[in-house]
Amino acid sequence: MIDILIYITSSLGALFVLLAAIGTLRMPDQYLRISVNTKAATLGVGLLLISAAFFFLETSVTTRVLAVIIFILITAPVGAHLIGRTSYFLGNKLWGKSITDDLKDKYNKSTHELRGHEEKDENEEESEPKS
Amino acid sequence: MNVHDFLYYIILPILSISSLLVFVRFFKGPSIVDRVVALDLLITISIGIIAIYSILNDKPTFLDISLVLALIAFLGTVAFAYYLEKRNKND
Repeated sequence: MIDILIYITSSLGALFVLLAAIGTLRMPDQYLRISVNTKAATLGVGLLLISAAFFFLETSVTTRVLAVIIFILITAPVGAHLIGRTSYFLGNKLWGKSITDDLKDKYNKSTHELRGHEEKDENEEESEPKS
Repeated sequence: MNVHDFLYYIILPILSISSLLVFVRFFKGPSIVDRVVALDLLITISIGIIAIYSILNDKPTFLDISLVLALIAFLGTVAFAYYLEKRNKND
């Protein structure tokens, strides 16, 4: 029974890691590569670690595995967001077939601050009575 | 075919092939962001390899190393992002 669980989890984990590697190699754009890296690789490594927990079946090993999985689940999106933001500031172009760029003209070039919709509307209201 | 042979002859080769593919992107990557992302994915794959290796050798102590590697991967990505942005700001 436990062997079947180990077969299933380790096969799925290796498959997702392989898909993440192929996606990193084949995706046309940096942002798409970051997306693949965050989702598929996190799921694959989590499944591989769960197969280790199934093999040992001890409380100490299971808590260690859960700690690693929770740490990866917390830190992977944060790191992906930071590196994607940096990539946007460095001026890397989107893929040619991308349709929308929601962040266009919303970042202040010198201070790197994001400008939201509300602030934009307030500025327009302030500028209208002056003119 | 028991669990040991399955992990040794099927899962570990798949993981090593995927790390080779990531290495190709690491050397080819057009910009430095690609290389940082590939390095992050490489360390993440190595965490999976450590998990399988601890099963094969029946030593759960190796799982501690995977926690340290996860920490190093996160700190490396954050540090690269921070300093690349700073460098761009000063120019």
